[in-house]
Amino acid sequence: MLNLELKLNTKLFDKKTEQVPIRNGFGEGLLEAGQKNKNVVGLCADLVESTKMNLFAEKFPNRFIELGVAEQNLAGVASGLATMGKIPFISSYATFSPGRNWEQIRTTICYNDRPVKIAGSHAGVSVGPDGGTHQGLEDIAITRVLPRMIVISPCDAIEAKKATLASIDTGTPVYIRLAREKTPVMTTFETPFEIGRAQIFWKSSKPKVGIIATGALLYQALLAAKELKGKVDVEVMNLSTIKPLDEKAIMELAQKAGRIITVEEHQIAGGMGSAVAECLSQNCPVPMEFIGIRDQFGQSGTPDELITHYGMDVKSIIKAVEKILKR
Amino acid sequence: MALTDEQITGLEEKANDIRISIIDIVEDAGSGHVAGPLDMADIFAVLFFHTLRHDPKNPSWPERDRLVLSNGHICPVLYAAMAYSGYFSVEELKTLRQFGSRLQGHPHRDFLPMLETSSGPLGLGLSQAVGMALADKIDHGLTSARRIYALLSDGELEEGNTWEAAMLAGKEKLHNLVAVIDRNNIQIDGYTENVMPLEPLSDKWRAWNWHVIEIDGHNMEEIADSFEAAKSIFGKPTIIIAHTIAGKGVKEFERDYRWHSQIINKEKEKMALKELRTLGGKIEKE
Repeated sequence: MLNLELKLNTKLFDKKTEQVPIRNGFGEGLLEAGQKNKNVVGLCADLVESTKMNLFAEKFPNRFIELGVAEQNLAGVASGLATMGKIPFISSYATFSPGRNWEQIRTTICYNDRPVKIAGSHAGVSVGPDGGTHQGLEDIAITRVLPRMIVISPCDAIEAKKATLASIDTGTPVYIRLAREKTPVMTTFETPFEIGRAQIFWKSSKPKVGIIATGALLYQALLAAKELKGKVDVEVMNLSTIKPLDEKAIMELAQKAGRIITVEEHQIAGGMGSAVAECLSQNCPVPMEFIGIRDQFGQSGTPDELITHYGMDVKSIIKAVEKILKR
Repeated sequence: MALTDEQITGLEEKANDIRISIIDIVEDAGSGHVAGPLDMADIFAVLFFHTLRHDPKNPSWPERDRLVLSNGHICPVLYAAMAYSGYFSVEELKTLRQFGSRLQGHPHRDFLPMLETSSGPLGLGLSQAVGMALADKIDHGLTSARRIYALLSDGELEEGNTWEAAMLAGKEKLHNLVAVIDRNNIQIDGYTENVMPLEPLSDKWRAWNWHVIEIDGHNMEEIADSFEAAKSIFGKPTIIIAHTIAGKGVKEFERDYRWHSQIINKEKEKMALKELRTLGGKIEKE
């Protein structure tokens, strides 16, 4: 059942449950961060509205810089601002930042130890009609390999807002992954959030399978858990911080359930599931199944069509549960 | 303010000391670059001993000017200039490129926190300097006396990132930003104009709304004057195209692109040090 201790949205399974783009949470969080801390600055590469940085830009025009379509410069300029004590947020689509400017992020931000916050929107296939070039499916892999980088993949707009606000105090580089248009709101403003802390959203007394999900697909995992109720007891974990990994919580779940399925809208290679596997194979090896993109690029379609096509829908999760129970 | 004869001689001596150290430590290290460091020795001497507002005994002084070395591979000249101006001992220069040394093969702030940036991969420095100048503009508008200096190689102008940064600096009218190009005409694979022609170079910067000054990068007066002149330019950033001779100071290395990163052996070291210590044969005793 839903873990009500976390003050989750109790209407989340209603057909008409509220749906909000995750990037809206980033926009609101950045605005609030700007109000709280005068050192916060915003930098964008010609996608101000699309990445929801417009709220900040309108309120703080002197602390907002438009760099044009130049993502490599975006990273380097942010590093320079951070050198002078600023807390820069940079935003673009994930394929371009941290995609195109990965080496700039590695050298001028991570190697250089500068606390730049990178918001990558349009991550995952659920971007939909724009097609494969604009669907960031590799961003978790390329950010989590960077020393010093914190990687957060919020499950909904409210969590994205909390993650954005929390990121200003880390003193480190942070990557915030923003996915999907309309995403069901699963949490509330009262739901606790802490960078590096995983949470069990769906509880069972004697789970047979632990499902670890990140980002908007957490909703599909919760729907699967609800559908399996009475047949297979599962627990569902929201792993929004992928680095640093909440190893303790992951090991506890693996020990309790004995089987783990990971769910993410990202390449299986190098993604959140890989991070979980790195942890469990060393500390608590259990059978695992991975839901995610299998070494393919995306394409145009509606979010539902694409999630089904790439095997990340509720049915696919249930199939994975059945499969892992037979292993 | 023009330099006095005494100041010029003083700076030339510093530059010669820096060149001697470059040869000495790069040979000791058994790897590293010599041509670029040698040709930038005069500019580093002017910066560290005349132009920069800095305090070697208090490297984190908030009001200091900022110096961003973009082409990190010429760090032997940076390290030598820092040592001679008192950031650390000249003795420490000998640890260049050794395990555990603060003087990494390419500058790294984790090891030497008094550096403004870690650098090495080309084409990144101007962006960072633009970010620093922007921060200063956000905080102080036009009243800041702080200058941001970015030192670039000519080869790294082939990196698209450099031009992204150049466009933004022009757009933002960053008068507090001064970039210097080491126009030595060489890069690893040959002469720049063969590898990837950069000319007409000054026109390119003018087109992005930069104020352009061209100087002889080995003339102390011209170097110091150009930094001074940049302070009177408002409404745009300044680029100083410093025409230099790759490998300057050691005849055998001069203008030869192979010395960009060729290893110098004991014999070459001896020859080079003799030439530098005798000021090219002008004085007898080393």
